[in-house]
Amino acid sequence: MNNDNNSVILKVDNLHACIQGKEILKGINLTVKRGEIHAIMGLNGSGKSTFAKILAGHPDYQVTQGNIQYEKQDLLELSSEERAQAGIFLAFQYPIEIPGVANSQFLRLAYNTVQTQRGKEELDPLEFDDFVREKMKLLEMKPDFLDRSVNEGFSGGEKKRNEILQMALLEPRLGILDETDSGLDIDALKIVARGVNHLSNQDNAMILITHYQRLLDHIVPDYVHVMEAGRIIKTGGKELALELETHGYDWVHNDLQHTAGASS
Amino acid sequence: MKTAMSNHYLECLLESLNDKTEETSDWLKQLRAQAIDRVSQLRFPTTKDEEWRFTDVSPLEQLPFKPAQTITTLKQEAIQQFFVSESTNRLVFIDGFYAPELSSLNDSNSCLIGNLSSMVTNQSSLAASHLGRHVHFQDNIFAALNTAFLQDAAVIVIPRNVTVTDPIHLLFVATQEKVTHSPRCLIIGESNSQATIIEDYVPLQQHAYITNSVTEFSLAENAQVNHVRVQRESNMAFHLSHCTASLERHSRFHSVDINFGGLISRFNLDIQFKAEEAECAIDGLTMITGKQLADTHTSIDHAKAHCTSHQQHKCIVDDNAHAVFNGKIMVRPHAQRTDSSQSSRNLLLSGAAQIDTKPQLEIFADDVKCAHGATVGQLDNEEIFYLKSRGLPDLAARNLLTYAFGAEILDRIPVASLKRTLEQTVLNQTQNLLTI
Repeated sequence: MNNDNNSVILKVDNLHACIQGKEILKGINLTVKRGEIHAIMGLNGSGKSTFAKILAGHPDYQVTQGNIQYEKQDLLELSSEERAQAGIFLAFQYPIEIPGVANSQFLRLAYNTVQTQRGKEELDPLEFDDFVREKMKLLEMKPDFLDRSVNEGFSGGEKKRNEILQMALLEPRLGILDETDSGLDIDALKIVARGVNHLSNQDNAMILITHYQRLLDHIVPDYVHVMEAGRIIKTGGKELALELETHGYDWVHNDLQHTAGASS
Repeated sequence: MKTAMSNHYLECLLESLNDKTEETSDWLKQLRAQAIDRVSQLRFPTTKDEEWRFTDVSPLEQLPFKPAQTITTLKQEAIQQFFVSESTNRLVFIDGFYAPELSSLNDSNSCLIGNLSSMVTNQSSLAASHLGRHVHFQDNIFAALNTAFLQDAAVIVIPRNVTVTDPIHLLFVATQEKVTHSPRCLIIGESNSQATIIEDYVPLQQHAYITNSVTEFSLAENAQVNHVRVQRESNMAFHLSHCTASLERHSRFHSVDINFGGLISRFNLDIQFKAEEAECAIDGLTMITGKQLADTHTSIDHAKAHCTSHQQHKCIVDDNAHAVFNGKIMVRPHAQRTDSSQSSRNLLLSGAAQIDTKPQLEIFADDVKCAHGATVGQLDNEEIFYLKSRGLPDLAARNLLTYAFGAEILDRIPVASLKRTLEQTVLNQTQNLLTI
């Protein structure tokens, strides 16, 4: 791991956020560096998905305190499309269906928009076709994926693979996977994990949001964070996930109370 | 109640009828006489009539738009842009007059495709047994007016066991301003026949004129017709249109109805199930802007058991435009095992845009499946966020979703080149969308 300050991709400092007046995040602190994989675990309602959506710029959430630095920019100043262009990618927990638009059109539109913003060459339909088919092999996707409407009628596993395919095309600096493993059978999980491992490198970073330790057998994190009630309450190495699997979330909770009690 | 004769438009039209001295067959004279009689007894609808609540046709009453008195001669280049490359059979009517020099007929099939007035007696007698028999002009002044002016018609007969693979294109071109034309179509699908019919209304210029059309379909046992109706009239035009399909046993009528044009447009579609196990799928897309008003009234009469109807209608309304959808589905007491679904989805793109949608189900049988739903709304914020999170600017995201909303209906058009053309129209209307 690189400890140089220049290697920090994301620095979240005392982040508070609410939706419709209800506070969901209550002081998140997190630093992510290049080459790192972070897992965020926690019960439903602990604020994991909210955190992911705020990083991607979802308009429904208001940040009330704290700040987020991304590659030395103030992330909160950027619109969601600017964040995507700057290299943030969120794999959705529930990908949106767009009947009427072929997946190939959508993928090319997204790819070319981001390429143009990054000052790179666009690809015409034929060039793009070759390019995307290569990426699809990685995720063992059938060619007819391209002709179908975006996510329409896709199985849960197909939708998640389509998310990872988009990530492969947009080559993010920071990939955020919001419960990408939920609802996947073990074969689909392995395919998705292989894709993520393939895309992960020394220049980018990943945040995996998950309920299940199972995913972390296939994508090995550098850090595991446990969220509860809008805060990260415990951080550890990959072994923390195993402990959670064995003892449950109550264990972290009780352990913390115990520690707090002992120190007071 | 207003009498018909206080109506300047009707006065002018009926006056022009008296000028006509051309020769015609007795049955047609008789049909027209019946229609003229009905016109004199019916009145113009007002917004107090339930069927016309949202569509005010009173502006028409002030317009002295007679049928075209002169024939516009056009070169093929002038209308070539509207041709459908897959169509080897094309009938072109200019301001209501048949234009043989612009039409094209493929002799290799055994179908009867042509205009009524040039048909020989035994052909026109078949037309005689159907024309005016399917559309109910007795209680509909516009259908009655169309019939009163019936001189020529596009007539298509697909004989028994014949499948016509190429679409047949009926192209109605408006060139003159301040005229009324009354296009008429009759399509007869004999048993086990199959064909695709494109009914297409286009202008050469953005003039004001009135189109008042009637189209009748008669499908015999196990016949199939795919119907694509494209209303891309001038944005100054008035377009009134009635389409009726009578469906015999095992017949299938699939229709896609696209409305882009007209200042005021009204489309009535009536499906009549005449026997069991027939099926219809009728889909529609209205995309309007400015001060356009587009009204679609459909009626599906499940008069027989075991029939299936599926309908999806969508409207995209921008600026101050106003779209109306009224979808009536009648399931009569003996129509058991009816399977019917209807969906009306509407997208408002501006605060001043207006939509009135009314699913109207009247079910008198007890063993039926009838699903219906209607939504009116704006673009979904989660969908916009999804696209923006992939790097698309806000406007591009909105335009892509608007395009997709319409493209879902266009996808059902079984003619590839026409589908592409209309997709391009939708793309152009959702300006600034990046090339996709």
